[in-house]
Amino acid sequence: MKVFGYRLPGMSSLLVWGLLWEIIGQSGMTFFIPPLSEVIATLFEVIGTPAFQKALYETAYAFGAGVFFAIVIGVPTGIFMGKSRLLDELLLPWVNMFLSAPLTALVPVLMVLFGFGMKSIIITTTLFAIWIIILNARAGVMQINRSLIDMARSFGASPWDAFFKIYVWAALPEILGGVRIGVIRAVKGVIIGQLLISIVGFGALFELYSSNFLMAHFWAVLIVLFALAFTISEFFAYLERRVAYYAAKR
Amino acid sequence: MVTPQTRQAFETAQPLTDNAVAVRGVSKNYGDVEALKNLTLEFPRGQLTSLLGPSGCGKTTLLKIIAGLLEPTAGEIEVNGKAITGPGPDRAFVFQDFALLPWASVMRNVAFGLELRGVAKSERESVAGKYIADVGLAGFENSFPHELSGGMRQRVGLARALSVDAQVLLMDEPFSAVDEQTRRKFQEDLLNLVQNENKTFIFVTHSIEEAVYVSDQIAILLPRPSRVSEIIRPSGFRDKGVDNIRRDPEYLDIVDEIWASLRNYVE
Ligand SMILES: Nc1ncnc2c1ncn2[C@@H]1O[C@H](COP(=O)(O)OP(=O)(O)O)[C@@H](O)[C@H]1O
Ligand SMILES: [Mg+2]
Repeated sequence: MKVFGYRLPGMSSLLVWGLLWEIIGQSGMTFFIPPLSEVIATLFEVIGTPAFQKALYETAYAFGAGVFFAIVIGVPTGIFMGKSRLLDELLLPWVNMFLSAPLTALVPVLMVLFGFGMKSIIITTTLFAIWIIILNARAGVMQINRSLIDMARSFGASPWDAFFKIYVWAALPEILGGVRIGVIRAVKGVIIGQLLISIVGFGALFELYSSNFLMAHFWAVLIVLFALAFTISEFFAYLERRVAYYAAKR
Repeated sequence: MVTPQTRQAFETAQPLTDNAVAVRGVSKNYGDVEALKNLTLEFPRGQLTSLLGPSGCGKTTLLKIIAGLLEPTAGEIEVNGKAITGPGPDRAFVFQDFALLPWASVMRNVAFGLELRGVAKSERESVAGKYIADVGLAGFENSFPHELSGGMRQRVGLARALSVDAQVLLMDEPFSAVDEQTRRKFQEDLLNLVQNENKTFIFVTHSIEEAVYVSDQIAILLPRPSRVSEIIRPSGFRDKGVDNIRRDPEYLDIVDEIWASLRNYVE
């Protein structure tokens, strides 16, 4: 963006919103929005506390495990759907249904099946992330150049080689795109899981702060969470750009 | 009297017309489309045979069946006298669209056939390095396909096929995606390749001039129903040197003759 001929660095608009936030906060319009400066001061105060670090650890653990299973199950499932007509016909309706289903409504069912612990939270996280990962891996495989597959076959590739040396790589741009969106959904999943299943991690902090009207604390944790989610998704966007040079011509 | 030695010599000696590949009564249907119908054709060892015909007459289909990539509806393919059941190390394919791994360097692409066959890295890279130099790409080992021109990409595809040292090279319109000058250079290089490598080449093209220029034997395929309509063996001008072929009367006569029989099939 350019203002009066000067090129502004990316995300300059955040400054404007930050300023607006500060003004509204200072004006004392609503207790719900404390000034941004106060929120940031609280943020640095909170980050050092054992309660926060425990919450961070619990959330990161559930998130990491949930995303791990979503990728490890989702990517091969998507690839096999893209390869096999039969599997695709069988699974695609379900994947599409779960992609748009209100998954939050399923959480109580998960609690009945898997209990009130970490297991259910991880499964919730996986459930939020996996469907878009499957769909993207599938789309990636469906657009693979037929002659790459013929090439691998003509040189005697084993199914194993074809999978790891052709399919995964040829579909990588789409797979990374799917993982990036899946990760963002997983953040949603892990917080919903922590709020609904057992009050732990960041979910517990949100619950604690909001019920005690500690709004500065509440916003501080939310900012940390946004920043983490943003960083992870930017990391995958970076990987996506790394492979973009061949996404156009496969 | 026939001594056991002579008898043995006769038995192991190859028959007079030694075919590397034989296509016997092959048919291929895609649903209702009869792409090939009862096609029989032989490919002499060490020679280049062109499959020439208008597009849609089943050239690619036949080549893929020989490669073992497609299952014929009827008939069989023999390579060195043995019926094939799928792809094998005796055949290597050069693709019309190059079929290179866009995420891999020239070196890895050329060595990929050997990689799939489980050859150790240092060994396959030394073989690949030799063929990269042979096709004129020395210095481009670490380039990526998107950094190369179309002609250079096809050289990578060719080097990959040569690296696995298959006896039969299957080439599906390998020069159709490169510009005219590069194409002529390729044709000359191909003639040298046929002379120097003791391999059997099966070469698909839809260009009459190209087929006559490079071939020891030309099989003309016609569509509806697909069949081999004629086999032509240019013989007179092959050793007059690459520069003189295009001016040779026999070359020009054969080009005319083929055009006369194909013109009815051009819409
Ligand atoms: N996968 C396929 N499914 C259906 N029809 C096909 C398929 N591949 C080729 N054909 C048909 O078979 C005929 C021969 O095709 P092809 O072997 O590609 O011809 P050529 O290489 O000589 O142009 C064409 O009519 C084409 O439309
Ligand atoms: Mg073709």
